[in-house]
Amino acid sequence: MQASDRFNINSQLEHLQAKYVGTGHADLNRFEWAVNIQRDSYASYIGHYPLLAYFAIAENESIGRTRYNFTQRMLQPCGLPPEREEEA
Amino acid sequence: MFLYSLTLQRATGIVCACYGNFIGGKSQEIVIGRGKILELLRPDDNGKLQTLLAVEIFGVVRSLAQFRLTGSHKDYLVVGSDSGKIVILEYNRDRNAFDPVHKETFGKSGCRRIVPGQFLSVDPKGRAVMIAATEKQKLVYVLNRDNAARLTISSPLEAHKSHTVVYSLVGVDCGFENPMFAAIELDYSDADQDATGQAALEAQKHLTFYELDLGLNHVVRKWSEPIDNGANMLVTVPGGADGPSGVLVCADNFVIYKNQSQELRALIPRRADLPADRGVLVVSASTHRQKSVFFFLLQTEYGDVFKVTLSFNDTDMVVTELKIKYFDTFPVTSAMCVLKSGFLFAASEFGNHALYQFQGIGDDPDVESSSATLEETEDGFKPIFFQPRKLKNLIQIDEGESLMPIMDMKIANLFEEETPQIFVACGRGPRSTLRILRPGLAVSEMAVSQLPGVPSAVWTVKKSVTDEFDAYIVVSFLNATLVLSIGETVEEVSDSGFLDTTPSLQVSLLGDDSLMQVYPNGIRHIRSLVRINEWKTPGKKTIVKVGSNRMQVVIGLSGGELIYFEMDPTGQLMEIEKREMSGDVACLAIGPVPEGRQRSRFLAVGSYDNTIRILSLDPNDCMHILSVQMVASPPESLLLLEVQASTGGEDGAVYPASVFLNAGLQNGVLLRTEVDMVTGQLSGTRTRFLGLRAPKLFATSVRGRQALLCLSSRPWLGYIHQGHFLLTPLSYETLEYAASFSSDQCAEGVVAVAGEALRVFTIERLGETFNQTSIQLRYTPRKFILHPKRKFLVLIETDQGTFTTEEREHMSRSAAAQDNGMMEIDNQEKSEEEPMPDEQYGYPKTDSRRWVSCIRVLDPKAAATTCLLELQENEAAFSICCVNFHDNKNLGTVLAVGTAKDLEWWPKRRSMGGFIHIYRFVEDGRSLELVHKTPIDGVPTALCQFQGRLLAGIGQILRIYDLGKRKLLRKCENKNFPNTITSIHSYGDRIYVGDIQESFHYVKYRRDENQLYAFADDSSPRWLTASLHIDFDTMAAGDKFGNLFFVRLPQDLSEEIEDDPTGGKIKWEQGRLNGAPNKVEEIIQFHVGEVVTCMQKASLIPGGGESVIYGTVMGSVGALLPFSSREDVDFFSHLEMHMRQEHPPLCGRDHMAFRSAYFPVKDVIDGDLCEQYPTLPPDLQRKIAEELDRTPGEVMKKLEDIRNRII
Repeated sequence: MQASDRFNINSQLEHLQAKYVGTGHADLNRFEWAVNIQRDSYASYIGHYPLLAYFAIAENESIGRTRYNFTQRMLQPCGLPPEREEEA
Repeated sequence: MFLYSLTLQRATGIVCACYGNFIGGKSQEIVIGRGKILELLRPDDNGKLQTLLAVEIFGVVRSLAQFRLTGSHKDYLVVGSDSGKIVILEYNRDRNAFDPVHKETFGKSGCRRIVPGQFLSVDPKGRAVMIAATEKQKLVYVLNRDNAARLTISSPLEAHKSHTVVYSLVGVDCGFENPMFAAIELDYSDADQDATGQAALEAQKHLTFYELDLGLNHVVRKWSEPIDNGANMLVTVPGGADGPSGVLVCADNFVIYKNQSQELRALIPRRADLPADRGVLVVSASTHRQKSVFFFLLQTEYGDVFKVTLSFNDTDMVVTELKIKYFDTFPVTSAMCVLKSGFLFAASEFGNHALYQFQGIGDDPDVESSSATLEETEDGFKPIFFQPRKLKNLIQIDEGESLMPIMDMKIANLFEEETPQIFVACGRGPRSTLRILRPGLAVSEMAVSQLPGVPSAVWTVKKSVTDEFDAYIVVSFLNATLVLSIGETVEEVSDSGFLDTTPSLQVSLLGDDSLMQVYPNGIRHIRSLVRINEWKTPGKKTIVKVGSNRMQVVIGLSGGELIYFEMDPTGQLMEIEKREMSGDVACLAIGPVPEGRQRSRFLAVGSYDNTIRILSLDPNDCMHILSVQMVASPPESLLLLEVQASTGGEDGAVYPASVFLNAGLQNGVLLRTEVDMVTGQLSGTRTRFLGLRAPKLFATSVRGRQALLCLSSRPWLGYIHQGHFLLTPLSYETLEYAASFSSDQCAEGVVAVAGEALRVFTIERLGETFNQTSIQLRYTPRKFILHPKRKFLVLIETDQGTFTTEEREHMSRSAAAQDNGMMEIDNQEKSEEEPMPDEQYGYPKTDSRRWVSCIRVLDPKAAATTCLLELQENEAAFSICCVNFHDNKNLGTVLAVGTAKDLEWWPKRRSMGGFIHIYRFVEDGRSLELVHKTPIDGVPTALCQFQGRLLAGIGQILRIYDLGKRKLLRKCENKNFPNTITSIHSYGDRIYVGDIQESFHYVKYRRDENQLYAFADDSSPRWLTASLHIDFDTMAAGDKFGNLFFVRLPQDLSEEIEDDPTGGKIKWEQGRLNGAPNKVEEIIQFHVGEVVTCMQKASLIPGGGESVIYGTVMGSVGALLPFSSREDVDFFSHLEMHMRQEHPPLCGRDHMAFRSAYFPVKDVIDGDLCEQYPTLPPDLQRKIAEELDRTPGEVMKKLEDIRNRII
């Protein structure tokens, strides 16, 4: 990488995307966007204990089980990714 | 509108806990995180948990860990919070506070996916700490100490791995080799790319060990191995010289011992009644370590606790066997702590917490599974079953009350007491309760004995200053005095030297070891049984009032003459001075002799001309008037109370010594006025209405400090708790006269007279705002209502995934029968055993599509259920209201209950419709009788009476029903609500509809056109969890993310809509961006930090203004009080601003940012922050007070005043 490249907008964006998970880009598709939102939401539910307790009451599960289920759902929060279009 | 927010009851649920030696010394303490509060607990000698310190951090406590530097005697506390900082705290014993040692920022604030704080682990030798996020980021800080032995912390070392979710993190014990950390990780990068789903199926969890190389100062992934895909939790196994090192991996159904290249697996035994498709997950764990022995206690999600032991040979430390043995069953915990003193602290997820004592360590034979006997069959591993039994190894010795979760709350004065009661439906499943909270302290009565007549007064007296306990209880009657001596028993004595043929006015200890009795005709000074000096009143005058302390006596004679006596060095009581007052004396008081002084300087005299005078007792200006206070009504009782200087310590606050004049007036008001210790000038009067009777004041002691007991129509206790002066009612009956009482059975008690009885009691749980009585419920309470006319409560309780009562009874009967058949040996034992209480054991689980539900009518006064209807056919009740149908007046008030049929959440929320049941009240409202039940095409989630008809919110539909003969009749509907209607309020022809996700919709009903239409809605999405109607244009609500807000329809819009003949209908037809034409404005916004589940407007003090009271899922109760003057708003907003600057929150979250976590805080002043003012160092207090143009005393008075307006 040349020195000048380091400061252009693209490389800065790439840097941001590498550093902050979930930073969007121009070619972001609907699925990727949704997956990010879902993972952020689950992480937030896990982090906010009152919210976790609220879900646990609704599902009549223990809080520990609810937390585990949410972490588990972070793997594939929105089902299968769409078929990737072959690049021409 | 500006509101003052104040937490009345701190959160009672517990998020996480850790234990260690935070004070230093031998004792062990527990630190618990209650969401936004850090609390330090210590089990005392009697096994009761005492709160040493509770501090609100204005942030989220997510994880706690404790560590100790090698060679140190004290533990540090690391807090993983939402502040984006690593915070290391040290407990400061002198100030009774946590001192931040380090606060290092590493990321953004907030509970984010990749900002560390969720997981925290320390190296068991205290050399490093790892803090991790749910995804990707892990940071390691090296802990060390500098030359001055202060704790130092390195810059963070990164151990990040992208696209990786973390389940659990622990520090591995590997002695003094390089520190290691273990994590359960799951990489999702492939699953995101693979459209076939193959990668997601094959996604494999790994157990990864990170090593911190102390020499090279970097972190490496040492090794990573695939682990069971159900893994959820790690537990450190002792290492070094104590054990084999490695970790226990808790997974669905299994516990696995894992070390590099070694894996041992054992099955977790299952409850026999558990459905086969349900796993068993470990949710909390605790390790017990003692020199060479260690074991683990693991608790499953059903509450069963297992003891896990490892067998290993001592030479090469290789583990040969992993054993899991059934230990005991108690309610599911969020954290467990095994203390060295043989206690187990169990912090329940929901409901009361408990402290258990070990009776055994599970050495007796019991159901056991082992890695050696693991059998694999064709359908997987062969399960091992057990039957839960009663506690065998543990015994419960203390309970910590927890309201978590508060599901619903109503405030009403059903018992016709002075203040309303708060009815709180809380808990979950079999541990559900209805609790009745009353502001005040709980009292435990120790003795009640009848006396021969109606006593007028009571005193306790010691024989000598050095005595620890009181020697006599002296009771005065109208014409006699009774002396009781305190020993093993309390019995009447006649050799005490007291005159028993006359009533007494005062009995006290005088000098070092002489007693004094003041009676209407004189003073009797009993220096010993043979040396009794008497002083007789001159002429026909009698003594009417007395004030005394250990060295000084002042008597008021009839006619208004005051005579002052002092004890001289020989122990003689000498008359010093006289003074004629203008009229009769209403009351007298002398302050206690200050430490190291000869006499108290002040005498307070109350007169019937509505004045209180302070007189000097100094020899130079004896009996001169120093100051005068005019009061509203004649004073009845006076008490000068000295507040000793505090330099922190257990009390937690720093304040100088001061003297307060307390005066109970005949109109029931208590005045507290500060007396200048030099000039005797009075300033800073605090007023509080106590009750309908004139308060009588008595000095007592609380935790060794002077306190104030006020007897009005109910007793009150004024004491200092963590720097705050609290005046709290006692939940006890009306008392006539009281005295402090101390004997070897009860160190700090009170003896009091009321009616013909003598009562001895102690005061418990100091610092609590409410005391509670609870009534057991069957299932999770969802909502409840008060019967408007009769004083009954109607509750709906609903639980998912369990059996109905009949099925459960049937099961337990058949199980018992089976047991009897199978185990003949245990037969006798078994038949004697009662069934396990469900509160301890939990209901058996079944398919999550099964629901149980009941409707209960409860008489709170008798604490009795008068009617209980269990719903049949998988119906679950979710909404309830009382309706008076307009067209059917003969039915009177009927009860409407909305139920769902065959509801399921997963994979998609759906149901087979629902019903609205209509019940008629019979037997004076004690019982219910079904009128009819109407099938509905959705789930009626909200019901409300509206103009003599029933409004129902059914999913997206708002519908009006009228009562028919066979069923409800649809009258009108609007189907255009965004998601699900969760609440409906109505006022006039306006309806306020709350949506689960889209805040409020203001709806109008036009009778002539029979149409419902929304004319205004909110512009921000709000996930409503609680709602409250404030006034015609205003609604208040709480949302799922812990915010409280008020919305208001602007005045001009509201008027326009009311004046418009079409009612804004033309505009409505136009609509705007799929919404209503008008928008409500947000006028109040505040982040509470806990999900608010219920709100109500109420006044908790007699004659006080209304405030909004709310309850949260974490079991806290708070209040929002509207400010009445602009001046107060200015004062408190400035105080809040200074507090933010000078006293930033402990864990590094910015206060303003926390209160604005989702929406910017608006027009709410945080009283919890302001109330931390007394805990500041004195110079800081002065500095802030100066900025506010006041003295620290005035600031504290303001804080007290505003608190007194709420509770």
